[in-house]
Amino acid sequence: MIEIGLSHYLVLGAIIFSLGMIGIFLNRKNVIVILMSIELILLAVNINLVSFSIFLQDIVGQIFTMLILTVAAAEAAIGLAIIVAYYRNKGSIRVEDINQMKG
Amino acid sequence: MGICFVSKYKIRQTLQITMIAHALFFYFFSVIAILSAIMVVVSRNTVHAVFFLILDFVSIGCLFIMVGAEFLGMMMLIVYVGAVAVLFLFVVMIMNVSEQKLSWLRGSKKSNHIPIGLVISFVILLELVIVVGGWKYKSSFLDTGSLNLDGGLTNTHQIGNVMYTEYIHLFQISGIILLLSMIGAIVLTYRKREGVKRQNYFNQITREREESVQLVDVNFKEGVKVDD
Repeated sequence: MIEIGLSHYLVLGAIIFSLGMIGIFLNRKNVIVILMSIELILLAVNINLVSFSIFLQDIVGQIFTMLILTVAAAEAAIGLAIIVAYYRNKGSIRVEDINQMKG
Repeated sequence: MGICFVSKYKIRQTLQITMIAHALFFYFFSVIAILSAIMVVVSRNTVHAVFFLILDFVSIGCLFIMVGAEFLGMMMLIVYVGAVAVLFLFVVMIMNVSEQKLSWLRGSKKSNHIPIGLVISFVILLELVIVVGGWKYKSSFLDTGSLNLDGGLTNTHQIGNVMYTEYIHLFQISGIILLLSMIGAIVLTYRKREGVKRQNYFNQITREREESVQLVDVNFKEGVKVDD
């Protein structure tokens, strides 16, 4: 309990990952919250990579974390641009109103 | 002999204090991170959700700095808090969608996927904790490090050593990804508005002297008619 090992960090990453999943599943509000949940999931992946990199004494995990950081920033920019374009056309970004494809 | 015993005891005491401090800071930052992640998911106001997202990023960045990945911790602060979260905040505030009166658990009649979503999320959490929480070091894993951490260098120095040599292609691909996302965002949000004067480069360049300037012989005391 007192000694913090790799497992503690991995469990923290698992909890944040699951919270991101819950945020995607249970969303009733708008699409922006879904994008934020995706950011949470990528954050959990970053936690896992960094803790493995530190505890296994291998720098490569941190390099890949940089790549995930880049992809997360690009994904946020594209997603928000799509949301802005959709809002301009339809006037609403509530999840319930987005049913054009009748999925 | 006595001196040796005392110093060993002191070293053990310092080690224990460091361990307790590590545990305290870990639990502090991780509890804040988990609570703010919960608040991101459940808070009704989207602006509040963005604020809690920022808090989450900051506490995870502090955790990274604490565990020894200083460069990534600072990078989290710059990229996530400085760019991504502020981008979210801008979009939420510009589109005026912050207040949603709908209760987040109620949902509508036709979509009742909330219980199954909760069940699946908890099953995923259980699986991850079972697989990952019981992680034990294998000696073979400790040897397989392809690029070992060098104790004498700082974290930033190590990352720089590897990133521009072994992983140069990954670095350049991430640059291309950023360029693509920039072009994509511009193309997606671009629109032509009516009634806005724009510069037309082609017309500007192909303009000739004959169609813009006219030489007129002006008679004395008669002047010249300007319009038409």
